[in-house]
Amino acid sequence: MKEQIEKMKELAKEEIVKAEDLQSLDMVRVKYLGKKGELTALLRGMGALSPEERPVVGELVNKVRDELEDLMNTKTEELEEKKLQQKLEEETIDITLPSSKVRRGSKHPVNRIIEELEDLFVSMGYDVVDGPELETDEYCFERLNLPKGHPARDMQDTFYITTEYLLRTQTSSVQARTMMANKEKTPIRVICPGKTYRRDDDATHSHQFGQIEGLVIDEGISLAHLKGTLEVFVRHMLGKDSKLRFRPSYFPFTEPSYEVDVSCFKCGGKGCNLCKQTGWIEILGSGMVHPNVLKMNGYDPEKYSGFAFGTGLDRLAMFKYGITDIRLLYANDVRFLSQFDRKDNEQERRI
Amino acid sequence: MKLSTNFVKDYVDIDVEVKKLAEDMTGVGNEYDSAEKLINATKLIVGEVIECEMHPDSDHLHICKVNIGSEILNIVCGAPNVRKGLKVIVAQVGAELPGDFKIKKGMIRGQESNGMLCSMQELGLESKFLTEADKNGIHELPSNAQVGEDPIKQLELDDEVIDFELTANRGDLLSILGMAYEIGAIYDKKVKPMEVSYSENKENINDTFKLNIATDNCSIFLSKKVKNVTIKESPAFIKNRLMASGIRPINNVVDISNYVMLETGQPLHFYDADSLKGMLEVRMANEAEELTTLDGIKRNLSKDDIVISDGTRAIGLAGVMGGLDTEIEDTTKNIIIESAIFDAIKVRCTSKKILRSEASSRFEKGLDPNRTYLAIERACHMLEKYADAEIVGGMAKYDTTSKEDKKIDITFKKITDILGLNIPKESILDAFRRLGFTYEVKQDMITVSVPTRRIDISIPEDLIEEVGRIYGVDNIEGTLPVMPLKPGSYDKTTRQIRNKMIDLGLNETLSYILVNDKEAKQFMKDDKIGTLKLLDPLTEERNTLRASILPSLYKIYEYNIARNVKDVSIFEIGKSFYQKDEVYGEERKLSALLSGEYNLAMTSKKVDFYVIKGIVEEILDYLGYVGRYSFMPLKEIPQELHPGQSAEINLNGEMIGLIGKIHPKKTQNDVFVFEINLDKLLSKKTGKMKYKEISKYPVVKKDLSMVVGKEITNEELQKQIKKAAGSLLVGSKVFDLYTGSNIETGKKSMSYSLEFNADDRTLTDEEINQLLEKIIANLEKTLGAELRK
Repeated sequence: MKEQIEKMKELAKEEIVKAEDLQSLDMVRVKYLGKKGELTALLRGMGALSPEERPVVGELVNKVRDELEDLMNTKTEELEEKKLQQKLEEETIDITLPSSKVRRGSKHPVNRIIEELEDLFVSMGYDVVDGPELETDEYCFERLNLPKGHPARDMQDTFYITTEYLLRTQTSSVQARTMMANKEKTPIRVICPGKTYRRDDDATHSHQFGQIEGLVIDEGISLAHLKGTLEVFVRHMLGKDSKLRFRPSYFPFTEPSYEVDVSCFKCGGKGCNLCKQTGWIEILGSGMVHPNVLKMNGYDPEKYSGFAFGTGLDRLAMFKYGITDIRLLYANDVRFLSQFDRKDNEQERRI
Repeated sequence: MKLSTNFVKDYVDIDVEVKKLAEDMTGVGNEYDSAEKLINATKLIVGEVIECEMHPDSDHLHICKVNIGSEILNIVCGAPNVRKGLKVIVAQVGAELPGDFKIKKGMIRGQESNGMLCSMQELGLESKFLTEADKNGIHELPSNAQVGEDPIKQLELDDEVIDFELTANRGDLLSILGMAYEIGAIYDKKVKPMEVSYSENKENINDTFKLNIATDNCSIFLSKKVKNVTIKESPAFIKNRLMASGIRPINNVVDISNYVMLETGQPLHFYDADSLKGMLEVRMANEAEELTTLDGIKRNLSKDDIVISDGTRAIGLAGVMGGLDTEIEDTTKNIIIESAIFDAIKVRCTSKKILRSEASSRFEKGLDPNRTYLAIERACHMLEKYADAEIVGGMAKYDTTSKEDKKIDITFKKITDILGLNIPKESILDAFRRLGFTYEVKQDMITVSVPTRRIDISIPEDLIEEVGRIYGVDNIEGTLPVMPLKPGSYDKTTRQIRNKMIDLGLNETLSYILVNDKEAKQFMKDDKIGTLKLLDPLTEERNTLRASILPSLYKIYEYNIARNVKDVSIFEIGKSFYQKDEVYGEERKLSALLSGEYNLAMTSKKVDFYVIKGIVEEILDYLGYVGRYSFMPLKEIPQELHPGQSAEINLNGEMIGLIGKIHPKKTQNDVFVFEINLDKLLSKKTGKMKYKEISKYPVVKKDLSMVVGKEITNEELQKQIKKAAGSLLVGSKVFDLYTGSNIETGKKSMSYSLEFNADDRTLTDEEINQLLEKIIANLEKTLGAELRK
């Protein structure tokens, strides 16, 4: 009997090893360990044995069964792993095939600049204000210390609709509007980005262009505050190492007035074709709000002083994105527009 | 303003390289365009043609032997006036002439040529300055020119010129004297006095000559008379300085009037005294009065123009240009000099209308009455010296001006407060001294006396600017103003709309608001609203303000199609403009145009009406107007839109925009647009976004197919379904639209998937069936619908 069991065990072991898949292994299980299996049959036939032999054989059979079950479990795991491997191999794809593109639209580069500037100035407590593009002579010029017949009006060739209505030549018109709208004549801190228009059209000028205006009015405002504010602005937009140079100039609505040059962000001030070898790029007009402008718009120049600045948005966009021709901004070629569909690089800010 | 550095050195001693001078002037606020030699050429030498033969292979070239002192050069020359014995300007091999022209050794039709004989044009002299002889050939040097010397020096053309772009307030810098004061302030140099001496005869101008000033627009008018002038060519220095300043020399007398204007900034006018009737009058022109100006053009004047008259007719346009009839001619003997100041704004308006001149550009910025006197004295001095003039005694004079210095009070504190820079008191006073301003100091107060030449300075802030200019503001330490902390604000909604449109796959554009007058009327249905035309457009293509953004977008579409970009999904948030009666205004709009394939996320679809409608719905839903808008047939359809595929977008009974397909007459392509008036839309309040309890009870779905007349819209069906079903209906969607076999012609089958739900119970079959019957009955009754069998 014992021999018979041992022999069966060897046979079963051999068949387990040979099993190539889970199905054939299962057949081996049924053959030996199933209800009608050979080992089960042996157990059933134990009744014919003597009482002395019974426990010995019983123990042996159980031991063999445990041994076979262990073997089969190990083999099952092995075969399952093999099957999974096969499945993974079958499922392997060409990862270089094209994706299903997720498409979004894009934001116009000039509006990207506007939003960036709005965020910067809003973070410093400025309000963003808007004013009409179809403006009156009064707000565009007269309230800014530019009476009719003033020679400085030549600086801005104007599109008139009537003798009184015009397309604003500068966002500065919003200065007067903001001061007039503030009935309590409290301090002001605003920026105004927007479209402006001049009778001027060539490779570097567009008859329509973007400008942003800044105006701060409070007690004790000085040129040093203007410089500090512009440093934040310029370093944020054009690089943290930017230096500023104030060049005396003339605008009828500021006194003193300055044109502001920024150290060339391309060559760092050494001189290159962008800065025409000067190391400086002229980017802003600015100055201390002219007392006449304060007075005309209801602010007491004895109590208040202020600064104002303005710059072109199109040029900032061109600098930032390396756009070489201003006309690209207004042609709206979809192949151009689509390029502006990602986030900007956040510049390290130093205030 | 072109500044001849030779000229200004008459009045201020400087020895500065021209570029440095230009940069230093820029540093105090006077920008320049260019700073270079008047004649920008190298390796020029005086030569003498010692032999001149015809070229054997040419009918116009000459082969010359030219002695330049150190050697004799073989030069082929094509000028008709080259001849033996002529003294010429030779550009030697290696010379660089204006326009990047380099002289090389060469062979011209087989003959060696070692240099070039130059015309003045080749040396860069503007053609308006060329004499007839100079236009036609090489320049002929005087016979006493020294061979081997620098010809530019001999011609006294060794000048350097800075072309300044002056700011509009600095009229004083339109003069050599003004420049001298400015340069003197920079380098701390005194300005030298001007030579004005002359002798007078025993006569008195006032015995034979009268002035009559009949308008307030002339504040000062001075006249002197000179007799027996000799009209001839000006000396070289006058001619050269005029040319360096951009003015064409004519004859000594005319040149002197220009020369003195350049020196003093005060325009002068010389009349032929014998063509006058013993008087000059200043008055406003009569309406439609005529005057032929010096340039020979007949001008039509108006009552806003100031004129000079001889008592019978206008003979000059004051401040702008003289008249032809009284001009100085070669035969002129006696001269009346005018030195006057006319109203700046009047001159500016006249000159803008009629013509800009050297004189008008000075008058319109304002003049210094002290210079009015200086200029007339200087002119007499020059006429005596260079035109052999006999100066008549006395001066005819009308003068209402003040010639006192302006006194302005300012405190040291105010200067340092506004600049935010702690400038030492001595440095502030030093800046005033260098500018030639005198001052008195009492404690913190400075009383500054500003000379009349600085008409731009009138308030304390102007003095602050002067201190800043001369002292420099480079060392101001930038600081941020200390202001109360408060959150800034901005128009968030616009940005949200923009971002939503981008999320919906559209590219944002930025277009011109100016279109042509035909385009400006497009996509408009209200012809009571007029479009706004520019008074003075740059081009006819852009002469009108748009009344809708859609014409701009359509232009962009055409631009892209022309470049074979067919999938165009674009939008813009911008302004459009209108005129209604006498009111002008602007409105903010959101407009979009779609054509070709529309890509959203991972799918793409050919654009049709429903695609663009979906975009409109999404933006309106996003802004919180869910369930409050509808699309209704347009009452009046703009001719650019397809009548069967366009609609008005209606919100709470008001039209807020339109949507539709572009009319096939305009394009054969399928192009769809919409435009929403954001001002109107956003004025409608929206409710808060609020969580709604999710029902715990199951949703029951039922399908319903109805056959209706073709003209019945989905919206009407939906409305009636909702009306009959009440609040238990939580969703209804069209899932099929069918016409064809089994359906009568003129009818269509519409299938809806309906969803029912209650918050407080599970709906029973019985309830649902009752509801369905009610819906069907209502549709039968109101829309003549039948249940599809």
